[in-house]
Amino acid sequence: MKHGKPFAIVLVAALLAAAPLFLNAYQVDVLNSIGLYGLLALGLNLILGEAGLFNMGHAAFYAVGAYTAAILNTRYQIPILWTLPLSGLAAGLFALVVARPVVHLRGDYLLIVTIGVGEIVRIALVNDLFGMTGGANGIFGISRPHLFGVVIRRPQEFFYLIWGCVALTIFLFLRLKQSRFGRALNYLREDEVAAEGSGINTAYYKLAAFGLGAAWAGMAGTLFAAKMTIISPESFNFWESVVLFMIVILGGAGNIAGVLLAAFLVIGLPELFREFASARMLVFGLVMVVMMVFRPQGLLPAGGGRFSPVTLTRGRG
Amino acid sequence: MEEFFQQLTNGLAVGGIYALIALGYTMVYGVLKLINFAHGDLFTYGAYLGLTLLTSLALTDRLGFALGVLVLVLMVMGLVAVLGAILERAAYRPLRESPRLSAVVSALGASIFLQNALMLIYGARFQVYPDNILPTATLNVFGLYLPLMRVLIVLASVLMMAALYLFIQKTRIGAAIRAAAIDQGAARLMGIDVNRVILLVFLMGPALGGTAGLMVGLYYGQINFTMGWVYGMKAFTAAILGGIGNIPGAMVGGLLLGVIEALGAAYISIAWKDAIAFLVLILILIVRPTGLLGERVADKI
Repeated sequence: MKHGKPFAIVLVAALLAAAPLFLNAYQVDVLNSIGLYGLLALGLNLILGEAGLFNMGHAAFYAVGAYTAAILNTRYQIPILWTLPLSGLAAGLFALVVARPVVHLRGDYLLIVTIGVGEIVRIALVNDLFGMTGGANGIFGISRPHLFGVVIRRPQEFFYLIWGCVALTIFLFLRLKQSRFGRALNYLREDEVAAEGSGINTAYYKLAAFGLGAAWAGMAGTLFAAKMTIISPESFNFWESVVLFMIVILGGAGNIAGVLLAAFLVIGLPELFREFASARMLVFGLVMVVMMVFRPQGLLPAGGGRFSPVTLTRGRG
Repeated sequence: MEEFFQQLTNGLAVGGIYALIALGYTMVYGVLKLINFAHGDLFTYGAYLGLTLLTSLALTDRLGFALGVLVLVLMVMGLVAVLGAILERAAYRPLRESPRLSAVVSALGASIFLQNALMLIYGARFQVYPDNILPTATLNVFGLYLPLMRVLIVLASVLMMAALYLFIQKTRIGAAIRAAAIDQGAARLMGIDVNRVILLVFLMGPALGGTAGLMVGLYYGQINFTMGWVYGMKAFTAAILGGIGNIPGAMVGGLLLGVIEALGAAYISIAWKDAIAFLVLILILIVRPTGLLGERVADKI
């Protein structure tokens, strides 16, 4: 296996890179959606998978990023891709402000608070906060991104932009995972009391994970705004957060490959069964229950079995 | 001032509904330490089953309004209780010994499943309760305009809550539930069948939640398959507000939240109505996580 792994990774990467050459525009578009959800889920994985913090309001950070990008672009004519760092920063700072007073809460209380934050953000957007979000209609007329003199318009071009970001993210997050920071998060997830006892500043690491994961959602928001050229509050509702949460759990919290695989399955598979579109959420719910009963650690558990990732909180306290 | 009292009575009626749902959350949380995300959907099932029974059996035509509604309430209670028991059996019991996250995810999955099953059966559109069976009478108390339905809802929910409270406090089975909520292991050692206690909790909570759904159908006339999640989140807020795991707390929290929301909608902005409950929730969790009447819930991580 040890030798097979790099080979498999190169093969998957090569297949993906060539995909737009032999797939039609619609299929490439599905791949783009998967890439966007992959980015979002990788950000959430940092919070939920690595640090073990239940965040079910990830769509709120996504929304903050997308709206930051859209407002900067439509009002101040800043090229949409230039807003990437700014929307990341906005979403990250927003997450820090929100998480600061609540991050110490026990797992499922944190879950509820983040759901609440997500809803408040959505309602604020619908109510046209500061007169800048366009209410229920959202913001339209976001300009097309340019990169190296090329206008990015067709799904094929977006594919390379989005999956380029995914590849970069995978690289960065793999490094992060092995760093002191990443290991501290894992200790935190496995046993908060022990982590605290061994001198890890748990509050700092929790907030850092929240901020960084949210910043990633914010940047994904920019890509989303650029891809759609129109955004509205509906794209950031509670079920988006639920789907992202499920992707991380289903893939195996804390495992980057698992999370991406789950993004493929959760976003891609339903496209194959479009004729059963109305039943797909039903199946989705059923799969979640069955997974938890029979394989709670997810498809590809993290840590090679040394840790069990779903000890996110241990025991029933 | 008149506006204030008008909103107050309205808030109490909605609050009574929140309180009934909140009881289900708080009992399950008390015994299992689990947020039963699917509870809000059981509430919706109450509303839909109520509508189907009402229209297909024509109970109020045959038995008159009072008796007809009473029979309807009992039937809805029974059916939703059975659903609750099935839910416990299928989605929660296999996970009794698993980490908390698995149970939370299973609960969410169950919620999505229930919600979409309802959509596939009834369709995604709003369903409408027939309006000719409802009493449209309005009481006039000291110049206050009070629809009879509003009064009935408050009365019925307070009655049910009082009955539940007495049941938990005064009966042997109630004592067993309280014991299991404090310490399952110790309760088992004392000869309490904890499995049966949990089953009972999953019968009673959904029965009350289903009744609340029926009330919403009768009161507002319109129901939708997604409404369980908004009501559910608000009821859960109410349970936290009162102190989760605490039965009188859920009642007080529900009524209080209903009133806060109604007054907020009237004096602040109706557009922000739904955000008010979530703001209350966050504030409570920051300032007093044990809720108003809560005392226990040690932070065991």
